[in-house]
Parts: sequence; structure tokens; C-alpha cells
Amino acid sequence: MRKITRKQVLLQGNEACVKGALMAGCRFYAGYPITPATEIMEIMAKELPEAGGVFIQMEDEIASLGAVIGASLTGVKSMTATSGPGFSLMQEHIGFACMAEVPCVIVDVMRAGPSTGLPTQPSQGDVMQARWGTHGDHPIIALAPSSVYECLELTVQAFNLSERYRTPLILLIDEVVAHMREGMVLPSGEDIEIEERPQPTVPPEWYIPYGDPGTGVPPMSAFGDGYRYHVTGLYHDIRGYPTVRKDEVEPLIQRLFSKISKDFDRLQWFDSFYTEDALITVIAYGCVARAALQAVREGRERGLKVGLIKLKLIWPFMRRTITKVLENSPKVLVPEMNIGQVSREVKRVNPGRCEVVTLNKVDGSLITPVEILKILEEIHP
Amino acid sequence: MKEALHLVHKYLRSSKRFPHIWCAGCGIGIFMQALIRVIDQSGYSKDDVVLISGIGCSGRLPVYVDFNTLHTTHGRALTFATGIKLAKPRLKVITVMGDGDAIAIGGNHLIHAARRNVEIASFVINNQVYGMTGGQCSPTTPYGLRTTSSPYGNLEPNFDICRVVEAAGAAFVARATVYHTRLLDQLIGKALDKKGFAMVEVISQCVVYSGRYLGLDSPVEMMMWQKDNSIPVAKASKLSEAELKGKIVTGVLVDREKPSYHEEYEKLPRKKSKV
Repeated sequence: MRKITRKQVLLQGNEACVKGALMAGCRFYAGYPITPATEIMEIMAKELPEAGGVFIQMEDEIASLGAVIGASLTGVKSMTATSGPGFSLMQEHIGFACMAEVPCVIVDVMRAGPSTGLPTQPSQGDVMQARWGTHGDHPIIALAPSSVYECLELTVQAFNLSERYRTPLILLIDEVVAHMREGMVLPSGEDIEIEERPQPTVPPEWYIPYGDPGTGVPPMSAFGDGYRYHVTGLYHDIRGYPTVRKDEVEPLIQRLFSKISKDFDRLQWFDSFYTEDALITVIAYGCVARAALQAVREGRERGLKVGLIKLKLIWPFMRRTITKVLENSPKVLVPEMNIGQVSREVKRVNPGRCEVVTLNKVDGSLITPVEILKILEEIHP
Repeated sequence: MKEALHLVHKYLRSSKRFPHIWCAGCGIGIFMQALIRVIDQSGYSKDDVVLISGIGCSGRLPVYVDFNTLHTTHGRALTFATGIKLAKPRLKVITVMGDGDAIAIGGNHLIHAARRNVEIASFVINNQVYGMTGGQCSPTTPYGLRTTSSPYGNLEPNFDICRVVEAAGAAFVARATVYHTRLLDQLIGKALDKKGFAMVEVISQCVVYSGRYLGLDSPVEMMMWQKDNSIPVAKASKLSEAELKGKIVTGVLVDREKPSYHEEYEKLPRKKSKV
């Protein structure tokens, strides 16, 4: 038996993200400098060569994600990191990765937009861009950490989900969480479960690169392993060849969605605090969830029946979980550092009996516990 | 014929991929045959070749051939190629792009791939026009030419792709036409063997659009135009700028030794494996 040693460390969110990526097996990083995500790139530039991986600084964010997808096609777990303006540029290749089903992880450290916006004040303004930023109907999975430890934990999960479903994974970190430092116990390899993409179990001449083996996720061979096949951003048949046939186009887009939607029950990642008897439930994510937890605790001390649902998974939207909250809680408060992106989803799934209250801040400053508590007191029945 | 059949059976994908999308008289097919002929002679294993394209008529080339093939986004073939080459250096990475693909939307990627000197053999099939979208002018369309997007004549001077790539630092730069097939074979072979970024500009014809715009009505006329206007680089070096105006200088333009990106990368410190 090997002795498991766990180290106590002080880490920044961006640093923890790199640690998680390396633990998950990431061995390729391509990126372009942009605040507030640059630390991820700088640490990767130092760590990856030593770890036997490849780091490259590309000419822009489009090229960065192109290189990441190329590397992933050779069987190497790959990632990039950026912020809003670069995330906009990456949308083209996020669509390619969805369509060609190439696993990759894209970290978007959110700063206030639109455009160059407020460099580099915090924001949660890219929630909808993560969902619908690239053109055409497509599924997407996005995670949002609210602590330094979660930066590590959710980066590992991002790689796992990306490999499991062969889909691009988006990690939405807000600037506050990315630049915050917290003490944490560094998990060892034994604490973490690592998933790999499904591999073909048949000889090359039997390999159907885009067929449905029953799980919705076709096995993925690496370029150079003897399974020669075609990869394209065009609609394609099960062999990967371009098609415009209705009976091949429709099944492809349906499979891209269903390979993830069939697992919706598994994909319900949230933490709940004091929700059992809550008359008001706060739904929050990222740095705002930290302020919300503080507000809820103080509210409880003052006798308010308030609770918190902290979202870790943003997309696909956890309809089942949130609907349950809306059915059990007379009021819901959704504080966000945007004009109302997740609250729009909450309202969309609201069966009707619950009052959804919003708190939106878009001036580049944090939402404080005091601000949340004030509203909780105002609207408490 | 026997040789061509050997290539057809060995390298073209038999299932469902034909007829190809190219118009009768297009030069891309001539390039494709030259490419697989040279790969066959060079002895590369099909499993080790990765053929990558962007978008446009040339973008459809990889689907027909039996390698690891990747049809990417418009102008970005070299970015994917860079990732593939660095992640798995043993692979022979080849890109094929069109003129609009490589030097308009992909211009930034082209100069940076050349500057980094990533070991990629890249081929730019230059037909001086956007063919797939209906004959719009490209950065290589001659000045003054009327196209569907320059109905009053092209106002822009055109790019010399080879000079751009040479200035950016590529290890190997050459130009051929699809008329000069023996030269084309030689240059493809040199590009494939080069330990660094190699770019061959392949002057080709789009009979449907640029041919019509130039008043050259058949593929034969267009290829005769290529023949009549080409000057080998040795001969061109004795001519003045004025005498070379409108001419196609063919042959090896640059061939220099410099370390490729992954050779440089391999010098970085690595932790010794604990196993």
C-alpha cells in the first residue's frame, strides 16, 4: 500500500484550475494572454513541459481552440483558457468541437462586457454566451465554481464530462473566484476519479467513427492509431462523411442532444443549505453564492426562514432540481452579476406558484451579503 | 493508366464518396493525384499521414483520400495542424488550403505557422477566386478584374503568397502550377521531407469563374496560360521586376535550415519519469 499524503496549500482559483487540469490528465494547452485568465496560461507554460505535455501560445483565441481540438484528436486531453473577448472568438471552434464531437475544456474567466468592457472587473455576463454563443442548435455543458477548491474539483469534472460525452466543456469562473486565494487540502490522485473517452474495441475495418453504440457516444480513436477516419464540421453520416440526406442529418443532431439529455438525472450538481423549511430560497452561483450563503446564515440568526441552492452545473439547466425548489418555496431570489441570465431560466421553468425576485448588479462591483440580506428581509413573508 | 489505377485503389475511399464535388476541368484533382502519387513513392504509411483542410473547393479534398483526415473551419487548417503536430510529432501533417482560405481569412495563422516553423507541409491551391461561393474576388485576384464582388473591377493589389510566407520565416517556399506536373511532384516531395514549415503555392484554374473572367474559356486554355506565363526561378533571377510583371515564377524559392518548433520544444526541461 502506498501512503496517501495530502498537502495543505494556499492557492489562487486560477492556480487550482491548473492543478485540477493536470490531475485530470491534461497534457496540451494552447492559449492567448488575457486578463483575468492569464495565470492559467503562465502556470501551464511552466508546468506542462515538465509534465511531458505541450504548451503553446497561439496568435489568437481562434487559433488556440483550433490547436486544442487538433491535439485532442491525437488522443491528448487538451484545454484553453480565456476571458469574454477571447471567448467570443472561440465560439467558432466550440461549434466545431460540438459537431465533430472532440473533447476539450474551455475556461472562461468572466469579466464585465460587452466588448472590451470593464477590464478587469468581475461579472457573470457570459452565462448565455456559454449556452448559445456558437451558431446553430447544439448541446453544451457548463460548470461554475464558487471557491478555490471547486476550481480544482470542477476542472477535473469538466475533463471527465468532456471525455465521457465527447463534447466541449465550458468552465465559467468569475474574476473574483479566479483571483481569490484560499487554503485547501490538495487531493491526491487516489481521491479523484478520472474518466477517459470511449475507445474502439473493434479492428479498424469494423470501426464506425460516428455510429451510436447505444450510449449515444461513439468510441473515439486517436489519429495515428490505425483507425483512419474523416472528421468534419459538416453534417456527416456515421462514417464521418459529409451528407445532406434528411435521414442522416436529423439522427445526428438528435444524437448530439440525446447523448447528454439522457443523463440529465445524473447531471444535477448543486449544494443546498437550509432549504427544507425555507420560505425564500436563494439560487446563486460563483462568487455571488458565497455572499448569498453569508446572507442566509445571518438571516437564519435573525429568525428568517431562508435557504440557498448553489448551482455548480449551469448548463444544461437543472430543470428538475429547480422546479422542485420553486414548488416547495413560496419565494425565490436570484442574485446575479448580470442583467438576469440564470433568473430568466428560473422564470422559464417556474410552474407558476412561486414568486421569482431578482437582484442584478452590472457595475463591476460585487454583490454583498448585506445587499442580499436586505432583500430577504424585505420580501420575507 | 495502370499507375493511376494503383493509386485509385490504394488511396481513394471506396465507400460512398464519389462523384467528387469539383467541376470538370478544375485543377484540384490534378493536385490531389500528384499528392497521393508522391506520398505513395515516399513510403509514408497511410496511418501516419494526417491531411487537414479548411473551407472551400480545396477543403473537400481530404474526404476522398484514405488517411487520417480533418476538414476544419475556414482559414484555420494550420491551427489544427499545429496542435496535431505538437501533440504527436511522429505524424506526417499536411494541410491543403485555397487562396481565400490561406491568405485572407487564414492569413494570420499562415504567417504565424511559418514564423514558428512548425513542421507542416502546406499546399495553397491558388485559383485567384472564391469558387465555391460563386466567383468573388480574393486577395490573389489580379488588379482590375471584374468578379461577382468587384463588378466595377478589383480595386485591390494582389498578394504574392510566397513572399509573405518567406518573410514570415518558413523553412521552405516553392511555387508550381498544375500544368507542370513533374515539377509539382518534385516540390510536393521536398515539402513533405522538409523538417520545418513548408509551403508550396500551386497555381490552379477555376474554369467556371476566373477562367471566364480572364477570357480563358476552357481548362486547356487556362493550363496553356499557366505554361506560357511561367518562368523557372533560375531564369527569373536574371530578369527585372518589370519583365516579371504578371509572370508565375516556379520552382524552389526558399530552402533553408532552421530548427522547427517541436525540435526547440524538445530542448525544454522535463521531469524524469518516476516509474
